[in-house]
Amino acid sequence: MADTTGTADPAHIAGSEGEGVRRRDFINIAAVSAAGVGGITLLYPLISQMAPSKDVLAESSTEIDISKIEPGQAIKAIFRKQPLFVRNLTQVEIAEANAVDISTLRDPQTLDERTVEAEKNKKGKENWLITMGVCTHLGCVPLGAGEGEIKGEFGGYFCPCHGSTYDTAARIRKGPAPKNLEVPVYEFTSDTVVKVG
Amino acid sequence: MSFPWANHYNPTNPLMKWMDEKLPLPRLVYNAIGAGYPVPRNLNYFWNFGVLAGFCLVLQIVTGVVLAMHYAPNSTVAFASTEHIMRDVNWGWMLRYAHANGASAFFAVIYVHIFRGFFYGSYKAPREMVWLLGVVIFLLMMATGFMGYVLPWGQMSFWGAKVITGLFGAIPVVGEGLQHWLLGGFAPDDAALNRFFSLHFLLPFVIAGVVILHIWALHIPGSSNPTGVEVKSESDTVPFHPYYTAKDGWGLGVFLIIYCTVVFFMPNQFGHPDNYIPANPLSTPAHIVPEWYFWPFYAILRAFTFDIFFIPAKLMGVMAMFGAILVWFFLPWLDNSPVRSGKYRPMFKWFFGALIVDMAVLFYCGGAPAEEPYVMISQIATAYYFLHFLVLLPLIAAMERPKPLPFSITEAVLGADDAAKLAAKS
Amino acid sequence: MMYRLIAPVIGLFFALSVLAAFVSGAYNAITEPAQPTAEKLFHRAPKELKLQSDGWAGTFDRPQVQRGYQIYKEVCKACHSLKYVAFRDLEELGYTPDQVKAEAASWQVPGIDPNTGEANMRPGLPTDYFPSPFANDTAARAANNNAVPPDLSLMAKARHEGPAYIYSLMTGFASQDGYKNDKGQELLKLFPDAKTPQGLHFNPYFANLNLAMPPPLANGTVTFADGSPNDLDSEAKDVAAFLVWTAEPNLEKRHQTGWWFILFLFFATGLGYCAYRNVWADKKH
Repeated sequence: MADTTGTADPAHIAGSEGEGVRRRDFINIAAVSAAGVGGITLLYPLISQMAPSKDVLAESSTEIDISKIEPGQAIKAIFRKQPLFVRNLTQVEIAEANAVDISTLRDPQTLDERTVEAEKNKKGKENWLITMGVCTHLGCVPLGAGEGEIKGEFGGYFCPCHGSTYDTAARIRKGPAPKNLEVPVYEFTSDTVVKVG
Repeated sequence: MSFPWANHYNPTNPLMKWMDEKLPLPRLVYNAIGAGYPVPRNLNYFWNFGVLAGFCLVLQIVTGVVLAMHYAPNSTVAFASTEHIMRDVNWGWMLRYAHANGASAFFAVIYVHIFRGFFYGSYKAPREMVWLLGVVIFLLMMATGFMGYVLPWGQMSFWGAKVITGLFGAIPVVGEGLQHWLLGGFAPDDAALNRFFSLHFLLPFVIAGVVILHIWALHIPGSSNPTGVEVKSESDTVPFHPYYTAKDGWGLGVFLIIYCTVVFFMPNQFGHPDNYIPANPLSTPAHIVPEWYFWPFYAILRAFTFDIFFIPAKLMGVMAMFGAILVWFFLPWLDNSPVRSGKYRPMFKWFFGALIVDMAVLFYCGGAPAEEPYVMISQIATAYYFLHFLVLLPLIAAMERPKPLPFSITEAVLGADDAAKLAAKS
Repeated sequence: MMYRLIAPVIGLFFALSVLAAFVSGAYNAITEPAQPTAEKLFHRAPKELKLQSDGWAGTFDRPQVQRGYQIYKEVCKACHSLKYVAFRDLEELGYTPDQVKAEAASWQVPGIDPNTGEANMRPGLPTDYFPSPFANDTAARAANNNAVPPDLSLMAKARHEGPAYIYSLMTGFASQDGYKNDKGQELLKLFPDAKTPQGLHFNPYFANLNLAMPPPLANGTVTFADGSPNDLDSEAKDVAAFLVWTAEPNLEKRHQTGWWFILFLFFATGLGYCAYRNVWADKKH
């Protein structure tokens, strides 16, 4: 049993070179594999901890009181720490938006697709345009929701950073932005309250 | 340096060959902790603790970096951000308990590692530098552990910071100024908390650097062993890999079972309940204690209750507490017995046993309230501590008759017959 | 060679100094032996308490924790905050999201009037944390005989044997007249000065025996909808169970995760041991 030479070829013991995989090697490979599996599993909590925490996720829906918004007015609310535009469209604005031939648009969508059909429970409140206030170009906040802000040549929103111009359905009409302003998931929980998210 | 019979790194894979020419990092690893490092064949399980300590350092750095992503070092929110980690961050509770108990595990492992060195004379020539660097690592660990305990900003955090920085106030003339400078104020507050966080983040990387020096210094003479007899021939050693990687690997498994049991089933066992009360500068806890790994030194600090001539008791305590660790720096020259391992030193063995008991007593008294009989017991134990290192060790070395040493490691392992053959050969 | 001389001198200096301290301490201890204090002789260790959350496989007894929450809501919250717990956390106790929303709305939390910017009170949302009964410590002190009622979120972890301590404190109020400890010593005979001051309440489970809180619970203080027992002992246990949950809402997940870790580690370590035996099989050491 006991040898006195003291030399050991590591490949002979741990590896599978030469004589091929021996039975005794199997257990060594299994042990190293188990350690590897354990180590890789530990990466999961280390990666997962960077995902939004419970308190952040709890704020992923917001309720907004819309009773004070007159036709033609808009408010800026906060949804998931980002600006949200809630706009009460006038009949004129609705007509303007519907008059556009959507085949000419960069991101073709009808007003209905962005209002009535975007709601979860379809209450048909077509005058409410609810969009993120985040320009789809590089994320600036477009002007047009606040009192007295420039609405741009299409009467919707205008982004001061690089001149993206949105129409009364918040669709991109001019400038570098690739997409219409994003419409979040929302539903009217009552006549005056909308739950976003 | 290495023994002439060490395996040579000889890559066959073209990629590894290419790598070896450009940056011989695999070669370095091979020679440091691979098959290229010959290690005495007779190491016992106490020799596992060096690798375990290295593992603990990595564990603390990984969990610590992750916790720092969620922690806020500001006295108004530090406690709440710690609770945020515990309640809301994904796996935050596990990461924080792993880090808090990881510190305890690190110290437990390092104490075994240090006492292994005490018993087997690992500090003796030619390994003095390994030992000195080890003491430096221990001091850095103490500083890091202390500052980490302050971060949750609970009652023990605050009062621990106050008491420990108050120690510097005992230094004559500059003490008070030094204390205010350390805290950036008159009492621990935002300034102190912020700098403690910064240094608590930095120091582990400094420790990692000194650990590399520690291992480098170790590789010059090679590892010591339980007989204390230096390696003489090839039959005395085995390559680190696979022999000691296998032994360290399963040892690590045993360590992790114990560690995970604490983390998951008794995570607050080594903490103090008062640290779940937010820091309150207007109310001192009934009995302030540091974390358990400081208890022996805390007992020494509190043992000095009597002014010696012109030296106030408080200053004596501070000097003794720091002295108790600084004396380790001189250990290689205090114990000048020619025999390295305690196994062959009959008288030393007894006194080593006494030192273990002494440390245990100091440990117990350091965690107990500052009242009798604990103070009196710790005074006796403190006296023995200093006598042991500064008076008894040199005396034992001069008086003792060591037992005969084996000719070689091989003889110790394989018995007299083979050794005789070897002796005849040499 | 100088250090051969210096080392013992330093060693003796420290040893003799500390022995001098010992002698002076011993002299003091003999001439003026320390007098036992009332706290030392009469403070009691917490009673034994068994909860379903105890042990390595402990889980929350949800109905019990819910009862504890009801007690917090009807009794404790008058003075004690619970500021690290949010209404949304109640979902873990088995309430549905709608119930949590309704529950949160039944609490008034500090808010800001959107029209005037004035501070006001508004109904709570699930994302809100439990509101504190007092605006700040000064207000709490003023309303409570100069004592600040502590936050309860972490109480079960912030005291030695926390859950048992809470249970014992709730049930441990006693009359000081004729109070004896287990050795039969009578408190007011041994320490006539230790009489509980006006406005405080005697409780041997509290560190200094007297606390500002009057007994908060009694038999039948709350009534449970499901008819669970509402004697003092049961109520105290329910509160303790609730505070175990508030202190460590992840306790169940911790236990479960722990078992997976331990099981895997036993498996991997077993393999590691076999591999170790394998590697060393032909090497005596």
